[in-house]
Amino acid sequence: MKRIYLDHAATTPLDRSVLSAMRPFFHTKYGNAASIHKFGQEAAEAVEKARISILSKLNAKSDDYQVIFTSGGTESNNFAIKGVAFAAKERSKKNHIIVSAIEHDCILNCSRWLERNGFEVTILPVNEEGFVDPQDVAKAIKKQTLLVSIMHANNEIGTIEPIEEIAKICLENEVYFHSDACQSFTKVPIDLSKNPLDLLTINAHKIYGPKGIGALVIKNGVKIEPLLHGGGQEYGLRSGTLNVPGIVGFGEAVKVIKPSHIKRMKKLRDYLIEGVINSIEDVFLNGPKNHRLCNNANFTFKYVEGESIVLMLNAKGIAVSTGSACSSRSLEPSHVLVAIGRSYEDAHGSIRITLGKDTSKEEIDCTIESLKEVVSKLREIRPIKPCN
Amino acid sequence: MYSKKVLKHFMNPHNMGEIKHPDGVGEAGNPVCGDILRIYIKVEKNRQGKPFIKDIKFQSLGCAAAIATSSMVTDLAKGKTIEEALKISNKDVADALEGLPPVKMHCSLLAEEALRNAINDYMKRKKD
Repeated sequence: MKRIYLDHAATTPLDRSVLSAMRPFFHTKYGNAASIHKFGQEAAEAVEKARISILSKLNAKSDDYQVIFTSGGTESNNFAIKGVAFAAKERSKKNHIIVSAIEHDCILNCSRWLERNGFEVTILPVNEEGFVDPQDVAKAIKKQTLLVSIMHANNEIGTIEPIEEIAKICLENEVYFHSDACQSFTKVPIDLSKNPLDLLTINAHKIYGPKGIGALVIKNGVKIEPLLHGGGQEYGLRSGTLNVPGIVGFGEAVKVIKPSHIKRMKKLRDYLIEGVINSIEDVFLNGPKNHRLCNNANFTFKYVEGESIVLMLNAKGIAVSTGSACSSRSLEPSHVLVAIGRSYEDAHGSIRITLGKDTSKEEIDCTIESLKEVVSKLREIRPIKPCN
Repeated sequence: MYSKKVLKHFMNPHNMGEIKHPDGVGEAGNPVCGDILRIYIKVEKNRQGKPFIKDIKFQSLGCAAAIATSSMVTDLAKGKTIEEALKISNKDVADALEGLPPVKMHCSLLAEEALRNAINDYMKRKKD
């Protein structure tokens, strides 16, 4: 059976170019980047090259920004929120943090943990397309506000937030601004020379790089404490032996997505959305039409359960994911879909389809056909009929 | 995360559908998870004169576990006397499916509950 992978928001395959860049750093150039001998120095040079590659993708100068390598998006987000909070506890005594209701769990759970430890947290609502209103940010900022964290693009419904405007508001109010850009990095341009965010989370495995490597990009002068203490690697901000192959892969991965890929994915995404909406009854799109990630589609199919669709598509070799957390560890529906005003039933009936740079039109056609079959099969056994 | 047996029943559920003029109907639901299960039974007397479940069908809106437990509980109940069917527990359903993930155990409870409600409905109708 031919398999179709449409879950690129979960992770992407490693690009061949990335794999070949990484390979020597496993077995020939295996030095520890902190060692002063030749082995160590060639590793250290490769790490610096990757740092420059990432900064240049963000149009940032090394005089203005530091790239601190971490184990991935979750660590970078924890580092940003807790690191800034801990630093403020010692210095400025500011203790208020603002986040949006549709942030990734690592941001929300981090904030809730800080709340239990004496910080104040404001969770901003979003509108029905998932947008944060920059004016809401401005209104929520007060004297004690330390940090605003709003994601660049949402992982479930693809909404691209107006981070430029929010960054401006934060700058004017002298509040740190952090953005989690794991989903948008390389797909939506980020220009740090024009849009000077204080902290930015990025990672490699969403952009055809390896898993287990990410970074927090920090503007010089931002007061932040490390989460990991040890040998003082990464300017003392993240101790631990550097994951050199991962870092090299990350540096290479930022070059993978080209403007032509973005254009193609956008076209295929719109083709998919149109195909699904036109060929299946009682379905709607979650998230916005415009200002949406080029590879994201999220649908609610009324009167069915998202997990059932995912499993039946899986049996046909098609990999998508559910917006409903019922499939994983908890039974609560997606907090993102609830935040945009979906009922529990509708939130449970949702699936997310995320395209990749190599997704073909044939794969999308096959997915639309399979969805038609699966949804109608599942609707046959439902006890609630529409219109009663 | 699901056993082979769960996936088998999910992909090809047994006793799926509706019984016209049933002798009992029972429903169970979980508002948080969004699952709803409805069971229909047809009851007749066996040779010993005891009422037994001659036919049983279900309709379900839910995740794979909800559909598989619905399918399994109908398999387990079919042909059993009312007395025996009332003894079917959620654990029996889960065991017959070679286990369920811990967060999905509530689905087997729905199955037990819907079957019991269908039987109670039958007994109530018989009294009336």
